[in-house]
Amino acid sequence: MSVHQDLSVFVRHGAGGVAGMELAVEGMRCAGCMHAIENGLAADRDILGARVNLALKRVTVEWKDGVLRPEAVIERLAKLGFTAYPFLPDGERDSDTREERRLLRYLGVAGFSAMNIMLLSVSVWSGNASDIDPTTRDFFHWLSALIALPTAAFAGRPFFESAIRALRAGAVNMDVPITLGILLALGMSVVETWNHAEHAYFDGAIMLIFFLLIGRYLDQLMRRRTRDLAGNLAALKAETALRLLADGSTVVMPIAAIQPGDRVLIQPGDRVGVDGIVETGESEIDASLVTGETTPQPIARDGRLYAGTMNLTGALTVRVEAAATGTLLDEIDRLMARAVESRSRYVKLSDRAARLYAPLVHATALATFLGWIAFGLAWQQALIIAITVLIITCPCALGLAIPAVQVVTASALFRRKVMLKQGDALERLAEADLVVFDKTGTLTLPEPELIDRGAIPADRLAKAGALAAASHHPLARAIAQAAGAPAPAGSVTEHRGLGLSCLLDGREMRLGSIAFCAAEAEAARVAAQHPTASLIAWRHGAECTVFAVDQRLRPGAVETVQRLRELGLELRIVSGDRLEAVAPVAAALGITQFQAGLKPDEKLQQLEELARAGRKVLMVGDGLNDAPALAGAHVSISPISASHLAQAAADIVFLGDALGPVAESVALSRKARALMLENLWFAVAYNFVAVPIAVAGFATPLVAAAAMSGSSLVVTLNALRAGRGVAGKRED
Amino acid sequence: MDILVILFPLALGLGLTGLAAFFWCMRSGQFVDLEGPGWRVLSDEDLRADPRAEPHEPR
Repeated sequence: MSVHQDLSVFVRHGAGGVAGMELAVEGMRCAGCMHAIENGLAADRDILGARVNLALKRVTVEWKDGVLRPEAVIERLAKLGFTAYPFLPDGERDSDTREERRLLRYLGVAGFSAMNIMLLSVSVWSGNASDIDPTTRDFFHWLSALIALPTAAFAGRPFFESAIRALRAGAVNMDVPITLGILLALGMSVVETWNHAEHAYFDGAIMLIFFLLIGRYLDQLMRRRTRDLAGNLAALKAETALRLLADGSTVVMPIAAIQPGDRVLIQPGDRVGVDGIVETGESEIDASLVTGETTPQPIARDGRLYAGTMNLTGALTVRVEAAATGTLLDEIDRLMARAVESRSRYVKLSDRAARLYAPLVHATALATFLGWIAFGLAWQQALIIAITVLIITCPCALGLAIPAVQVVTASALFRRKVMLKQGDALERLAEADLVVFDKTGTLTLPEPELIDRGAIPADRLAKAGALAAASHHPLARAIAQAAGAPAPAGSVTEHRGLGLSCLLDGREMRLGSIAFCAAEAEAARVAAQHPTASLIAWRHGAECTVFAVDQRLRPGAVETVQRLRELGLELRIVSGDRLEAVAPVAAALGITQFQAGLKPDEKLQQLEELARAGRKVLMVGDGLNDAPALAGAHVSISPISASHLAQAAADIVFLGDALGPVAESVALSRKARALMLENLWFAVAYNFVAVPIAVAGFATPLVAAAAMSGSSLVVTLNALRAGRGVAGKRED
Repeated sequence: MDILVILFPLALGLGLTGLAAFFWCMRSGQFVDLEGPGWRVLSDEDLRADPRAEPHEPR
């Protein structure tokens, strides 16, 4: 049956009757793929142009409006051997891109000015050492001012704006001393130049802006890149729904295009992509991704269905609804707000440093000023010396110390298939001393698997697999997959709520519930061995087998738990599932502290209690029910298979099935934090050397320039060590 | 030292030209994809669209 698809929401209609669409392409890795796609599409008469972005793994296709349906583009790409998913550029991404371009523009201007002013400054310094004509020096200083003042006004805006914002909120951040340093340096230099003095600090001020902008830009780049790739992953998940039209026909539509009030058909074996009320049909629902509960629940007319659940047995018609009050989603939303509130108390390392740093530096400058006046110097000269103290202590290295480490660590994590959503998550992760795991979908894989494979004869598994392949039921799928996904058996009859049957060698073969296959004796034996597993029976004449299907631990779960313990972390499981399902998992991993049957608010409460006891909790979870806990924890990690809300709430998202990235992230983040502190201490040591020189009045512009660029270089080189030397395999 | 009056504006002018070129590159989206263009150079496919290159191409 070919299904009609409607992707018109993704199409953007440009000027001159040109329609365009952006697609995320799966498996595009090399230049060869790029050529294949571009040339393959360009050979088509209807398509005006196709341009691949290899860095983002996306392709933009343009065609004449009305000539082509967007679905045809995907078909053409499929013919070329690529699976593509349409992509809806969101507003947040656009604003991020704009911010990045703004910073790059500032960076370009600051770099240009820094170079030209340095050209003038070096001439002045060498002239001062020999016999520069004072008129020439003044001319050079005025030229510097001409370049520096507009540059500072333009490129210094990110710092000025942030400083003003902080001061308005009654706080001090790193940008306050930076802004003060820049403004005073420029102001003093203008006055000095006016008075035909020997020294002006235009070069120092602009260099400071340039170095700090590099730090800012790196930070922004990291965030944008993460978001872009996360956006691709969301598109690759390609969530669609089968929308029922008024005439009874169905259209496959992306979830983004479904409106409240639409009716959607959900087939057995489909993951539900919408929230709504069941209109017709009866079925069983696996809500393990939403609540953690692995036992299927019955659902009928007027039942409420949540996105992320799996429809097991019967087709359902659902009327889509926006989250209404009093529902689970509403409750989760409320909890999320509470959780976010409780977390916002965390103060970033850089802000903590700024809190200590700003008053200290300002006090030193003031003391210098008063000290020199007491010593008998004219107030103008004392002021100049005090300002040089501010310039030389300006946190150039401090501004780079943390973003540089974050960027290097984020790319190291990315190679290990871990995506960092916020830079400061690294600091928080490094502080964690307790890991709280969710069970379903986090410690275990989200899809169930056949677990007693060794006990089943291969020929029986093959026969059962062929029968199972005809069904969409997750338990049947697990068996089909274990049998190597064979071709479905012919003429299979589906018995609703019971199982499947077909004729083989003249006898009926059945697969389904224990009673359907009359396999009670066999089932009791298997149930004793695998008490938590779901059982599914197979009978062919006298031959009878019972399969145990259960959620398997994620690969590497045992090693990860072991490694986390070695890193000195305490481990707990907090699950929404039954105690009987949680206990064996905890036992297999050697985790002694576990709780079962917790509701979302109870999970959050647990975390709040732990936080009150002074614990720094790392929450690892994936379900909708974990989202408040993820938002409320000190730091949180989600697998990529997690529900939308959980992923949005988590600080870090890892790809793939294996749990290993959790331990690796902790190890890398600790190293990153150590390097950040090292860098901060280096900045302190630097000040210990530089400040006495400045206080004594020996900080000429040459000394300031050398000290500033030297310290920035040291800090950056130190940051480059963040990606190396942590045990664990790399993925590239 | 009068030559400085000419040399410095000249140096600045060159610098500004570079800056303008950088802005133009940004505006025309040359930093959007940093990997693809490097490979695109190696492609000969664009020759096919050029009629003068026709004789070299086996059809």
